[in-house]
Amino acid sequence: MTAPLLSVEHVTRRYGPRIGCQDVSFELWPGEVMGIVGESGSGKSTLLSCISGQGDPDEGRVVYDARDLGPVDIREMSEPRRRMLMRTDWAFVHQNPRDGLRMTVSAGANVGERLMAVGARNYANIRAQATDWLGKVEIDEGRVDDRPAAFSGGMQQRLQIARNLVTGPRLVFMDEPTGGLDVSVQARLLDLIRGLVRELGLSAVIVTHDLAVVRLLADRLMVMKDGRRVETGLTDQVLDDPQHPYTQLLVSSVLQA
Amino acid sequence: MTPQDTEYNFAYLDEQTKRMIRRALLKAVAIPGYQVPFASREMPMPYGWGTGGVQVTAATLTPEDTLKVIDQGADDTTNAVSIRKFFQKVAGISVTEKTAEATVIQTRHRIPERDLEAGQILVYQVPIPEPLRFLEPRETETRKMHALAEYGLMHVKLYEDIARHGHIATAYAYPVLVEGRFVMDPSPIPKFDNPKLSNSPALQLFGAGREQRIHAIPPFTRVVSLDFEDHPFERGGADADCAICAASGVYLDEVIVDDAGGRMFVCSDTDHCRERLEAGHRGPMGAPAEGEAA
Repeated sequence: MTAPLLSVEHVTRRYGPRIGCQDVSFELWPGEVMGIVGESGSGKSTLLSCISGQGDPDEGRVVYDARDLGPVDIREMSEPRRRMLMRTDWAFVHQNPRDGLRMTVSAGANVGERLMAVGARNYANIRAQATDWLGKVEIDEGRVDDRPAAFSGGMQQRLQIARNLVTGPRLVFMDEPTGGLDVSVQARLLDLIRGLVRELGLSAVIVTHDLAVVRLLADRLMVMKDGRRVETGLTDQVLDDPQHPYTQLLVSSVLQA
Repeated sequence: MTPQDTEYNFAYLDEQTKRMIRRALLKAVAIPGYQVPFASREMPMPYGWGTGGVQVTAATLTPEDTLKVIDQGADDTTNAVSIRKFFQKVAGISVTEKTAEATVIQTRHRIPERDLEAGQILVYQVPIPEPLRFLEPRETETRKMHALAEYGLMHVKLYEDIARHGHIATAYAYPVLVEGRFVMDPSPIPKFDNPKLSNSPALQLFGAGREQRIHAIPPFTRVVSLDFEDHPFERGGADADCAICAASGVYLDEVIVDDAGGRMFVCSDTDHCRERLEAGHRGPMGAPAEGEAA
């Protein structure tokens, strides 16, 4: 068996006396999609920022199985290497597309940025790849020169996904990717993400408070409360037969349409 | 007037300030293209009028220097005249309009047409020294990008130009890569002048007063304008000869001469134009041989 792609070991992050997340461990295997659910303030986003190299955990470590180096603690990598990793091998999809997009440049430039960051210097090739990716995320190719500000919320989110996936990452972090979108747009976006994840064999960590999202996307599920992991298991198992009282509350809180 | 006749220290700034600026200049020369922070002083002119350039010039001048000041290539525009007068008054140095005679040239927007020589210093007035500024607003982030040489974003700007205009439409402040390491904003010179930045025998100093940064290109430094493989750097410039001195291959200003759309192209470098007139060159609108140069 191969090594896990990402091992999170006893990650703790405190904000002064308050706990962001405490002693969280899990492993993510290649091709696996992990869901992290919990209510607001349960430490989901803190955990995500720690494991995606954006925040610093106070304790614990995050080990990533890099293509060329093998398993390596991301905090021990040199900063240039870590930043290179973050824009080639990793992708981060923000809840608010404005955080992940460059609003002042065209959609094509947004998608092409990562390519140029890794040294692409041929305009025609960059543009062709950008156009190709817009097609993959169901944005009309004629809009390659429009700015994201002229896009709807759902299109902006799809553009953000294209921008992140253009360098062929292996690991995608998503923070509430469907937040702020209406249900029909959510459904299409979920379809799209599910298709891309399966097609490209991506591993992903998806943070959300929406159980429907993890039901559709995640293979495994981790439930968090007050910064701690309270339950973990296969998605269907956790959602259909919740063991922990908090998970039971969470599952029963969902309105049945 | 000698410096002793004025109440000012030589070249206006006090010695400690000049020392501080010289230290920044030395560091800038040692790391070509790197923006060195310095404690910019209030100058007796508004920001945007060349306070950075004036401070660098003040720290560079010696009593034996001959100063030339140009603004958009011209020696006789308001900004150039007042800065020249300023240094005449506070430093008592000799001034000139002739590029060949100057030892220190403070410039805004142009590099003189005449080839600079070893020993000459060209001082640029810089409004925004950070080439990444309009793409990345955070100073902490741009510094990190410089430190790690992450310059993909610069090409995003050029990409955007081509996507919108069909060619790289950046015509001034065109980003350059200095000695294969730092991306630099060469101040708002026309990109026509960019090739002259490279391998120049003169020392080139850049001062940004409001932004409190100094950067430099030492003599004989390789400076490359950024571009794409399939959209290479083009020098640009008007496709005409100077109407007064018939010079070709120089940077020309377009001047509207009547209400019927009539126009003429004329050397932006007034000293270069005068020199050519004195050497007997005449364009279609050049003045007759005797009398003043136009």
